[in-house]
Amino acid sequence: MKQTYAIFQREFKSFFYSPVAYVILALFTALTGVFFYLYLSSFVQASFMDMIRSQQYRMAPQKLNVNLMLIRPYFWNIALISLFTLPTITMRLYSEEKRIGTVELLYTSPITPNQIIIGKFLAGLAFYIVLLLPTMFFQALLFVYGNPEFMPVLSGYIGLILLGSAFISAGLFISTTTENQIIAAIGGFALSLLLWVVGWGANFVGPGLKPILDYVSIINHFEDFAQGVIDTSHIAYYILFSFLGLYFSLKTIESVKWRA
Amino acid sequence: MIDVKGLTRYYGEKRAISDVTFHVNKGEILGLLGPNAAGKTTTMRILTCYMPPTSGSATIGGFDIFESSMDVRRITGYLPENPPLYTDMRVDDYLDFVAKLKGVEKDKQASEIDRVIEKTSLGEVRKRIIGKLSKGYKQRVGLAQSLLNDPDIIILDEPTVGLDPKQIIEIRDLIKNLRGEHTVILSSHILPEIEQTCERVVIINEGKVVAEDTVDNLTSRLKGGQRMTLLVEGNEERVRKSLQPITDIKTLNFESQKDGIWQISVESEKDVRKEVARQIVSANLGLLELSPDRFTLEDIFLQLTTKEEVA
Repeated sequence: MKQTYAIFQREFKSFFYSPVAYVILALFTALTGVFFYLYLSSFVQASFMDMIRSQQYRMAPQKLNVNLMLIRPYFWNIALISLFTLPTITMRLYSEEKRIGTVELLYTSPITPNQIIIGKFLAGLAFYIVLLLPTMFFQALLFVYGNPEFMPVLSGYIGLILLGSAFISAGLFISTTTENQIIAAIGGFALSLLLWVVGWGANFVGPGLKPILDYVSIINHFEDFAQGVIDTSHIAYYILFSFLGLYFSLKTIESVKWRA
Repeated sequence: MIDVKGLTRYYGEKRAISDVTFHVNKGEILGLLGPNAAGKTTTMRILTCYMPPTSGSATIGGFDIFESSMDVRRITGYLPENPPLYTDMRVDDYLDFVAKLKGVEKDKQASEIDRVIEKTSLGEVRKRIIGKLSKGYKQRVGLAQSLLNDPDIIILDEPTVGLDPKQIIEIRDLIKNLRGEHTVILSSHILPEIEQTCERVVIINEGKVVAEDTVDNLTSRLKGGQRMTLLVEGNEERVRKSLQPITDIKTLNFESQKDGIWQISVESEKDVRKEVARQIVSANLGLLELSPDRFTLEDIFLQLTTKEEVA
């Protein structure tokens, strides 16, 4: 436990030692900020048009739903941006250790591979939560100037964190296989994207394969969270997915170590 | 303290070490000597539980490297050939991390870090970023790391490689100071280093142990003869003639220097320095220099590794 925390602490701090983290943080904030602005503008415009229309035709204005028209698509958007961003976080998690040779320190210290992997995974997840902070600030503005429902926002973030942990475990796995960060980033991105789009293929395959592809698709399980529904089967999917990623990471480092 | 039995390790088809067996006593400094790619690093990596052997076994401090690898890791400090440093961290942050990794108790952590910093004289740079330090300092940070948690056994893989002469002397003195309290294995391909710091030597070549003995024993094994080098002014013929009466001389080797000066290597059964000097002087030749050559570890090493018989 103490050792896991040591790994976590060092890894999390090391994000902020390198300029990469700040670049990622800035770009992520800028992108999510721009999308927030665009969604907000279109929402404001839509409600304005609605108001004018209701005055013209002397009808009661339709109450436009912020959660439905703004918050829900915005969560989708953050998920998409995360897809592109998270590989840049996970790429260094393990590859860096291999490249600079610090794996020799880790493997010869009284610490198990489990502790290493879990510490690193949690550090990646913690950094992702830091990335999400600005978007929470944006959404808080909605609560200041309007009164959206809170629970869908909460469930959306729960969904994002679960989705993020699935991406991070996949990225971590790729990172354990190579000492080249570029390969780790591209590989992590490709794997995440593949898992994202695999659900689209479900429409073109036979009835036997369709439910499988639907289930595997990483984003299908996110839909409910964005709508404000917390379904344990989706939680189970993400947790299972993350465990699988961690398990594969573990097996890679053990096999590298014990390959004769 | 360390018992190594029949370690063999394959990398795919290639055999890195085969049947490596040796023993290290408590409190002693053992030198692991061999040319590059002889299998020194592989041996050390197996002993530090970095990777398992293909076959064979080893116990360190009574713990088997296979069965109780966590206990082995707890009592072993290891400095790999390339110091495992996080170059973006500061020295004391790094040592703090390693201390936690090695499970140093929280209340002892600060004093333990101070102790190794003092031991490796890193005081002035403890707040600096590791990546900005010179090679010598980096090596010392690596060494400091291996000393954390006061391990019984310290394994150092070519600790002085790439350092300047002053730094080499500093690191060597530091290693010598570890004697007694710690059991040290040190690898090197630099012979004087092993000669100066180690009590016993294991010589490895092409993955096999070719000799295991004390430095003194190894050199005396070659003392079947005496050697010396002469610098003489005169001509070859006259020198040969003057030395002829000394029957103990086995070989004479002439090498022409400039201005009629000869450098002559003499090998003999026993010590013939006095006779040689007398003969040359009485033959009216100019004796410029006479120096005995000791058989060094270098000679042993070359003999063993070039598959010649040890005299």
